[in-house]
Amino acid sequence: MSHFELDARRMLCPMPVIKTQNKVKELSDGDILAVVCTDPGALSDIPAWARINGHTVLGHEENEDELTITVRVGG
Amino acid sequence: MTKKHKAIALISGGLDSLLAVRVLQEQGIEVEGINFYTGFCVEGHTHAIRNSDKDKQKRNNALWAAEQLGIKLHIVDVIEEYKDVLLNPKHGYGANMNPCLDCKIFMVSKAVEWVKEHHKDGFDFIITGEVIGQRPMSQRKETMPIVAGESGADDILLRPLCAKNLPETKPELEGWVDREKLYDFHGRNRKPQMALAKQFGFTDYASPAGGCCFLTDKNYSDKLVDLWEGRGSREYEMDDIMLLKVGRHLRPKPEFKMIIARDAGESKYLEGYRKQFVTIQVVSHNGPLSMIDGKIQAEDYELAAGIVARYGQGRDAEEVKVEVSVPGEEVQTINIKPLAIEQVLEEWHV
Repeated sequence: MSHFELDARRMLCPMPVIKTQNKVKELSDGDILAVVCTDPGALSDIPAWARINGHTVLGHEENEDELTITVRVGG
Repeated sequence: MTKKHKAIALISGGLDSLLAVRVLQEQGIEVEGINFYTGFCVEGHTHAIRNSDKDKQKRNNALWAAEQLGIKLHIVDVIEEYKDVLLNPKHGYGANMNPCLDCKIFMVSKAVEWVKEHHKDGFDFIITGEVIGQRPMSQRKETMPIVAGESGADDILLRPLCAKNLPETKPELEGWVDREKLYDFHGRNRKPQMALAKQFGFTDYASPAGGCCFLTDKNYSDKLVDLWEGRGSREYEMDDIMLLKVGRHLRPKPEFKMIIARDAGESKYLEGYRKQFVTIQVVSHNGPLSMIDGKIQAEDYELAAGIVARYGQGRDAEEVKVEVSVPGEEVQTINIKPLAIEQVLEEWHV
């Protein structure tokens, strides 16, 4: 299991979702990806994307204008 | 063992594609969704940017539809490839800068590529939520075979909502799909779709007749044409098409356009462009950030500063202090009287 970070700052949805989707394709089940975004829409889109594609959102943190959503690849 | 034939569905997030998928699922067919992001898709960007819209729903309708249907969704970035569709549409534009027929052909052709890549996983055909007569440009009896033919999909393109009005396709001929359980919808009347939605238990779907593309919007198309005319070129980048959705756009001189934030959220969004563009902001009073797109000469700083000042809280002051920031140069300060409302000419508004 490895940890990765994806910079999706200043991207508007659905770009953070597309970048997450494409990054996850390179990772293995159990890997952890922290996606850093500034579009609050990502807070509904990334979890929705994760649910329908069989990944797990472990949580999210908001820090001033940034949002970090942590996804575990696979169930 | 009988081979299971899977379908890939073009998902816009609207009602028709939602229904088309469910119709096939009712026949026990496995479907996955594909959604193409052109950059012009209406995705609540302005909600994400503008303060006044912070409470509005920001859901992505394609993702929402996929979740309702219990299917996987593949979102594909086609921003670069889409430029050629927008700039050189073989079948022309609709009422605005919308190349709807070429767009549909392009998206189906991308789905054909996807089916070829995933044929080994059981994907054999494509479905769409198209309905004959639903859209004046892209969904007509004459355009249905054009989309199938020019996309390269030919007989692997099935439209479950209006299939009975069209020649049989391979999935029907081969018995993968029961044609009798498909539909014969046609025309702009949405009642059959709404009745089917009710039957399937869908209540909270996206606006049935709603467009999902900024290019069908007159104001947006006007701004896009103005951008091209101002530059003398129809090249564009992702930032350009995003910025057309932000702020007031005024062109006081042919050489430059001003994008003036309408609230703090838009000012913050434009802040991100300070290193790339000339920005102008009133600093003695609260006021919006303005960004200059194009080439502004130093002798026009006062004009631009006067315009920006008109939209800030110092609009009635005798004089306001304005900062002009040119990337890589020292910030310049100008003291100026804001323009009166009648001095901001109507023809400057894009």
